[in-house]
Amino acid sequence: MKAYVYVSLKRSVLDPQGKTIQGALQRLGYQGLQDVRQGKFFELTLDGGLDKSQAESAIGRIAREVLTNPVIEEFRYSIEE
Amino acid sequence: MKFGVLIFPGSNCDHDAYWAIEQVLKQPVTFLWHESHELENCDAIIVPGGFAYGDYLRTGAIAKFSPVMQSVRKFADKGGLVLGICNGFQILCESGLLPGALMRNAGLKYVCKPVHVQVENADTPFTNANRTGDVLRIPIGHMEGNYFCDETTLQELRRDGRVVFRYSSPSGEITQEANPNGSLDNIAGICSPGRNVLGMMPHPERASEPSLGCTDGVKIFESMVRAGVSAGALAAK
Repeated sequence: MKAYVYVSLKRSVLDPQGKTIQGALQRLGYQGLQDVRQGKFFELTLDGGLDKSQAESAIGRIAREVLTNPVIEEFRYSIEE
Repeated sequence: MKFGVLIFPGSNCDHDAYWAIEQVLKQPVTFLWHESHELENCDAIIVPGGFAYGDYLRTGAIAKFSPVMQSVRKFADKGGLVLGICNGFQILCESGLLPGALMRNAGLKYVCKPVHVQVENADTPFTNANRTGDVLRIPIGHMEGNYFCDETTLQELRRDGRVVFRYSSPSGEITQEANPNGSLDNIAGICSPGRNVLGMMPHPERASEPSLGCTDGVKIFESMVRAGVSAGALAAK
């Protein structure tokens, strides 16, 4: 089983890296972009000892307590059997 | 007054802080290893600058789980003096000993230069050798010094006099030009509700001897010694 965790800055927090990437893309001529936000991606491989619902709660805790700083970041995750 | 300087893998201002305490302040000082729970009866703890655990995940994010930080948290809860400098400030925020977070500099560049900070509150154990309104010249050197917190926290910090240092012009004007990293409200340093924990981005140990070009940083360590002496005098009564 694998878990994929996506971490990004909260909407209320300015993301200067995203803005810089957006500026570069616009200079390169890419059209139709409204906003770019940069984040982090984690791939966690589980050893099979947890069922899906246990894995969900374990990954939720890991994301909340370690992978993100709740002052500035938010996360979402998915689990693949 | 005995100081303890923490060492994490990746700390690189630990020896500078040790030197300032031993050679300039003439106070006893010891290094404390990150894997130890033992604070060796220190009266004050310095969480030094550097790149603890390589700044992996986020600055300070791994350091907060280290054994020594569990002891520092208990020490701070009992009123012990804790000074976090630069990466140390980041670690204290991650640990929840101070509110808010230090984000990537707004300009996305590492900034290393002397800056001016205004003392916003001289009634703390870290600034009692100054007067409110004094301007200190102290170097910064960081990539993540852009202080952020939510509006409620900012109001509380202001209301309770916990914004201790703000980036200013040499004459003490708080301007956007004086802000090197995009920090909210030009915040360069804040303290805990009990005022015994201070985090600051500028490096006082780098401004502690005439040969370094400036000695304004010494005031911060001197303040800690004064605070320690008066706390000791009270305890003795």
